[in-house]
Amino acid sequence: MIMYWVSLLAISILLYVLLDGFDLGIGILFGLTRDEARRQSMWSAVAPIWDGNETWLVVTAVILWGAFPAVYAMLLSAFYLPLALMLSGLILRGVAFEFRYKTERMRWIWDVSFFGGSLVATFVQGVTVGALVEGLPITNGQYTGGDFGWFSPFAALCGIGLCFGYALLGACWLVRKCDGDIKVAAYRQIPYLSIGLLVFLVVVFSFALVENLEIMHRWIERPYLFVFPAIAALAAIVLAVSVERHRDGLPFYMVALIFLSAFGTLAISFWPYMIPNVITVEDAAAPHSSLAFMFWGEGIFVYPLMLIYTAISYRVFRGKVRETPAH
Amino acid sequence: MDPTALFLSRIQFAFTVSFHIIFPAFTIGLAAWLTVLEALHLRTGRSAYRVLFDFWLKIFGMAFGLGVVSGIVMAFQFGMNWSVLSMMSGPIQGPLLSYETFTAFMLEATFFGVLIFGRPRVSPWFYLFSTAMVALGTTFSAFWILVNNSWMQTPVGYVMEKGMFVPNDWTAIIFSPVVWVRFPHMLFAAYLTGAFCVAATGAWYLLRGKFLAEAKIMLRMGLCLAAILMPIQLFIGHLAGDYVHDHQPAKFAAIEGRWHDEQPASEVLVAIPDAASATNKYAISVPVLGSLIGSMSLDSKEVGLTSFPRQDWPPVLISFFAFRVMVGCGLIMLALAFIGSYLSLAGRIDRSRLFLWATFLSFPLPFIATWTGWFTAEVGRQPWAIYGLLRTADAMTPFLTAQTAAISLVVFAIIYTFIFSFGIFYIYRLIRTGLVRPMLEPALGAVPNRPLSVVGQDARVLAEAGEQP
Repeated sequence: MIMYWVSLLAISILLYVLLDGFDLGIGILFGLTRDEARRQSMWSAVAPIWDGNETWLVVTAVILWGAFPAVYAMLLSAFYLPLALMLSGLILRGVAFEFRYKTERMRWIWDVSFFGGSLVATFVQGVTVGALVEGLPITNGQYTGGDFGWFSPFAALCGIGLCFGYALLGACWLVRKCDGDIKVAAYRQIPYLSIGLLVFLVVVFSFALVENLEIMHRWIERPYLFVFPAIAALAAIVLAVSVERHRDGLPFYMVALIFLSAFGTLAISFWPYMIPNVITVEDAAAPHSSLAFMFWGEGIFVYPLMLIYTAISYRVFRGKVRETPAH
Repeated sequence: MDPTALFLSRIQFAFTVSFHIIFPAFTIGLAAWLTVLEALHLRTGRSAYRVLFDFWLKIFGMAFGLGVVSGIVMAFQFGMNWSVLSMMSGPIQGPLLSYETFTAFMLEATFFGVLIFGRPRVSPWFYLFSTAMVALGTTFSAFWILVNNSWMQTPVGYVMEKGMFVPNDWTAIIFSPVVWVRFPHMLFAAYLTGAFCVAATGAWYLLRGKFLAEAKIMLRMGLCLAAILMPIQLFIGHLAGDYVHDHQPAKFAAIEGRWHDEQPASEVLVAIPDAASATNKYAISVPVLGSLIGSMSLDSKEVGLTSFPRQDWPPVLISFFAFRVMVGCGLIMLALAFIGSYLSLAGRIDRSRLFLWATFLSFPLPFIATWTGWFTAEVGRQPWAIYGLLRTADAMTPFLTAQTAAISLVVFAIIYTFIFSFGIFYIYRLIRTGLVRPMLEPALGAVPNRPLSVVGQDARVLAEAGEQP
């Protein structure tokens, strides 16, 4: 039961990162162009699906609460200010989707909201992952770091890294969904973003080695972890080739694979802990009666249905988007 | 525990949840009405229903978007500000709210995209299905939220283990009689909100002499639905009062403004309760009615607040007035619904300008009633987070500082005010602009005469919708 819920949690986080990742990334790229036609194409490529994408964040939060209440309570209260910031960013970019085409004169407000909100939300997500990897100040199950205990140069670095990562995902999605001018522009951006991401990964890795982070010991104990960087390297090569040959469909999946391997690395480095060196999956799990109640309804029936719904909505909006927005 | 942080956290929760409830209250009803319109359109092929559908879908989209983004905050806020509560009741509240997200949010979020963007890409039947799924999703959402909140009001089906509320009887939790009174109460509140907003929009168009045909359909459907639902709602509301009477006597006493035990008890209609002296000022009360309402008897003893320890009293002033404002709004809505249905069915509604003004101005009433109803329930539950078991003061994140809580409160207040102002402005502009009718094919050789053709169009829409012009 615990394994089941930890797996669903992992799938939900991964889906969130991949799906909202590309639309947050497009939000970031959106701020890098002034051209209205390009902006409209970007908009059309995400407008019908961002809402469902973001839902996976809520799904993650409630699985965490229902199945691992101790971790939910510990993490959310520890990351109070960054989460408030992230939520503000998500609110602003979310309403921007509704409001942008309701106005001409004030459109710039919603463009700024969309870009700023996406950037802030992405940065904060990176920071929280970084802080988790580095280790949160927690004693006896109680966060003791104060208002800014989560902040560190390493965490900030991870924040910047995730901005590159999501933007890369976003650019690959644009290549996949759009034609014409915007596709050309996205193809131009992909190499820069990839190099940015690569530099970041190298820096993070060396930082972890130099600082002798606790989490690095896992790599010596579990040498099979090196399979993940290998997958990522392969994906990066295919990415480079597919960009070179303009295979529109492929780059997105390759970047997704890189994210997947990064995610796998983290998950297995953490195991069996949920918060490294603080609480294990076993200890964090809710009582059996809660897990079973969730399992027999939403776990085995609704969750697969949700995956199907997601597939349906992507199927309905499959193919390249038209140049003009449908809004 | 920092008392200022506690105060700020409570304000923040009240603020964000009050902001959030506006949109579900509106969209639950609206989604059901959209499904009805789409089904009617598919069945009859009349264009008026399609015109109305397209118009209300735009407004639904705005309100839904605001509801979604403000709802995400709720999923995080429990853990951020109320970590002790989330930890202790997580085994019960967590699964319930995860069911909410799983069944409801996912349906809504997914099929909402089809609603807004998918019309040209899917078959009419799948489109109707998507509309129904969105409506079903909003209903599920309300259900699980009410199960969760009802558990906080009257906790059942749990045992205490290692400082946690561990569920041992989910049937008792989900099929608690309290749920099955409060869920319909909220659902009907949402339907009434939708009905009054639709009717008020119709009234506004009639007053401005625009879209007469559709305006009449809106008025008739809105007011007749309200005329049926409102009496039932008052009855369900009475049942909701019964559960408070039986399970939360201190809240009941506060709502009633009853300070001392009375037998038989009188009913305070209006007064200004004063907690310091434990008396009511300027009270107008009816003898014996209190016993009748509380226990359906003429001589029952009803409990007063002074029978409870002072630290267990809820804030009396808010509970007392919130309840009365809610009932007041309900009675005005009942009167409007009855008069309006009569006028509408008698075909005289477009000549009753006074009534149309009243209906137009009535659109805030269902929102106020929903807010004050929730204020009564939530403020009346104080000082408990989980009634009788966990105090709100003990439920807060222990290390939360006033500074942090103040920052988040200010940030949320600014952002919510900002998006709310624009949201309301855009919705207002959408409603002011009004419906978009499909182009009429002009008759051969006819010279279009604008005013006449508009009148002609009204007559056609009316005839199609089965109304007399």
